[in-house]
Amino acid sequence: MHRLTRRQLLGSSALALLLMSPVARAAVVKGGLPWKPGSADPPTAVTPGGWHYFTPQEAKTVEAFVDRLIPPDELSPGGKESGCAVFIDRQLAGPYGRLDGYYMSGPFQKGTKQQGPQSSVTPAQHYRKALAAFDSACREKFAGKAFVDLTDTQKDEAIKGLEDGSLKLAGTDAQDFFKLVLKNTQNGFLADPIYGGNKNMASWKMIGFPGAHYDYRNWIDRHNQRVKLAPVGISNHPDWTQ
Amino acid sequence: MARRLPHKDVVIIGFGWTGSILANELTDEGLDVVAIERGPWRDTATDFPISYAQDELRYRIRHEMFLRNSQMSVTFRNNANQTALPVRTWGAFMLGNGVGGAGLHWNAEFWRFLPSDFTLKSHLTQRYGANFLPDDMTIQDWGITWNDIEPYYDQFEYLCGTSGTAGNLRGEIQDGGNPFEGARSRPYPTPAMKQGYGHTLFAEGARKLGYKPFPQPSGNLSHSYTNPLGVTLGQCTYCGFCEWFGCANYSKASPQTTILPVLMRKSNFEGRTDCEVTKINLDNTGKRATGVTFVDSSGEEFEQRADLVILCAFSLFNVQLLLLSGIGTPYDPQSGRGQIGRNFTHQTVAGGLGFFDKDKYNFNPFVSAGAIGMCIDEFNGDNFDHGPLGFVGGGYIGQVQTNGRPIETTAVPPDTPAWGSKWKQALKDNYLSTINVGAACHGSMYSYRDNYLSLDPTYKDRFGRPLVRITLDFHDNEIKMSNFLLEKYGEILQAMGAKQVVKHPRKPPYDVTAYQTSHLNGGAIMGDNPGNSALNRYLQSWDVPNLFVMGASAYPQNAGYNPTGTVGALAFWSAHAIRSQYLKNPGPLVHA
Repeated sequence: MHRLTRRQLLGSSALALLLMSPVARAAVVKGGLPWKPGSADPPTAVTPGGWHYFTPQEAKTVEAFVDRLIPPDELSPGGKESGCAVFIDRQLAGPYGRLDGYYMSGPFQKGTKQQGPQSSVTPAQHYRKALAAFDSACREKFAGKAFVDLTDTQKDEAIKGLEDGSLKLAGTDAQDFFKLVLKNTQNGFLADPIYGGNKNMASWKMIGFPGAHYDYRNWIDRHNQRVKLAPVGISNHPDWTQ
Repeated sequence: MARRLPHKDVVIIGFGWTGSILANELTDEGLDVVAIERGPWRDTATDFPISYAQDELRYRIRHEMFLRNSQMSVTFRNNANQTALPVRTWGAFMLGNGVGGAGLHWNAEFWRFLPSDFTLKSHLTQRYGANFLPDDMTIQDWGITWNDIEPYYDQFEYLCGTSGTAGNLRGEIQDGGNPFEGARSRPYPTPAMKQGYGHTLFAEGARKLGYKPFPQPSGNLSHSYTNPLGVTLGQCTYCGFCEWFGCANYSKASPQTTILPVLMRKSNFEGRTDCEVTKINLDNTGKRATGVTFVDSSGEEFEQRADLVILCAFSLFNVQLLLLSGIGTPYDPQSGRGQIGRNFTHQTVAGGLGFFDKDKYNFNPFVSAGAIGMCIDEFNGDNFDHGPLGFVGGGYIGQVQTNGRPIETTAVPPDTPAWGSKWKQALKDNYLSTINVGAACHGSMYSYRDNYLSLDPTYKDRFGRPLVRITLDFHDNEIKMSNFLLEKYGEILQAMGAKQVVKHPRKPPYDVTAYQTSHLNGGAIMGDNPGNSALNRYLQSWDVPNLFVMGASAYPQNAGYNPTGTVGALAFWSAHAIRSQYLKNPGPLVHA
């Protein structure tokens, strides 16, 4: 332990300079907070127009599906108009669709419910397979009609079939697929509009969430009073320019 | 062959709360210190600025600030008869990554444990007799007492500017604070946070039932505050984006807002980011650490030699690195021998929903903060007589709702369809008038012979090293305790005026997908002799005296509180021992 002595600060600085030599690839931070202008990492806003992952036929099915999960009514526009299908499309085309960041090394084995999902199938793959199987199952059940051609009542019947497992999908679990679509649709409906869903903050207006405000100090002790602030998102809000 | 870097006095593994505290304390001694962090550098302006920090999808749902499972994960099983499988995406707990560690995304619920928590085994045995405890429960005393640790709780609170109301000031019980807390030497540095309507109503309900509610101690600050290092934190704006998020407002205590602006300017300190320590190296006696081996982001391997090694990773990964480095003896649940991996615990959390009349109640749930809320402590630790109840342990009960973020927090009554117009109507009707607290009953988890950590035989990390394997299940004692707390919580919701109370009891088996706080503890515990612990009372390894291991891996069992206050206090306690004793005479601070 003879090296563990109080060093002169000057001495250790000189040593540090040696360490900064270019051969060391490791990121070394020292001498202050290493902030650089322009290095922030803002979210990627949805790009309008076209489908990034879905085929045109898949997109029509998903639009019809999300519009039954979140039907247009007097409370809000429906899932389609709110952009839920666009949201899901962009999510599936991005890191989420590929399960980036997940532990994806094998072996893949089925475990207990408590051990969590163990599938190697990504959400993007899951949608592709299940949407085709769903259309086939609908055609079989509803006299050759695809899901998009059903009446609203029939669409609801088909979705309920997925939900309770009575409508079987070839090669994939119907209830797992239902849960996936429901979760993705509700996420899109309730997330910041920058990702393509919740267009015009439809859901936030419906429930009374004012969005990405940062300062409620004036409201914390105004108990039982409705906060009268127009909702705002990360990117902007149409009302700001009015 | 690893490239050997010039020698340092101290190498710190992990640059979160404890790494920052130890680095700052030891550079004050003039030592040359390097901290090695496997994640990136993070700062407010770059990583969570006010212009886009409030993004529920990105941070809460897609886990952007967290350790990615592809970089490092764990495996899990309920018992030794099962094959452990990898956690492919986090669920029951969320682990930090990068500079600041979990100190960036925490809620900053800033608790002290009870004095009796530190002498738990002796205390319970004395009060109820040894036969009162389940046979397979392996709780023990920490090797320190309240008087040892109190000054360091104080030091951590004053570093962070913690907001709260004292309940016991030097032995005098104070109105409005927690009357059950251990005697504190000073009041909180800043007054308690303001409380929203739902939190205030909970306190009224609790008072009606005869309890003594108090504001939750908070590392989100009620006022701006300049700490003893000269670093200033801002006032919390009650934005409701705290847990899972970085604070854009510099008002949540974190290494970034309390230590780093000072530490990073010191010429005898450097950090290395995106560098993962793969091993602590020992000399040929096996009793002295020579430093660490790490791999940088390009895959190049380095050796950093140092006189003193401080392990400051997250609890699970402290244990993993000890096992991978061959330090200490791995725990064997059959024989009960070996210390590394023993006494692993989590928390036992339960909560529920209180639905209120929407025409009378508007809680504005989005006006909130990470550590806001009103709590009662009547049923924590051994604050109540367990004799007739048949269990030990407890927890605080509180209305500690942190947010009204729409994806996470919207709740509908149980009979509501999962989709369609009725679901929409229920969402609209209940969003503003529901109390939704997942962790309302924040219960302890005591340690058991069959809950432990070990290395997985099958699953590996990106470098081919075994993942750490969690073997964990709930025991009856914890479930009884949690149900008891939940009953009391339901009574308070009724007293508040809820029209419907929906309880979510914690049920076995332990489920690695169900979020339960990220409070994972034990596996390298502290104690009074090498036969019952991996570390001595100063967090020094019994086996390798120039290695100290920080963090909640040192907890012999978990108390009914959030652990970070105690993690910080133990770090200052250990740093003090290193500075005042170890550096003068390096070697074991406690002789076995």
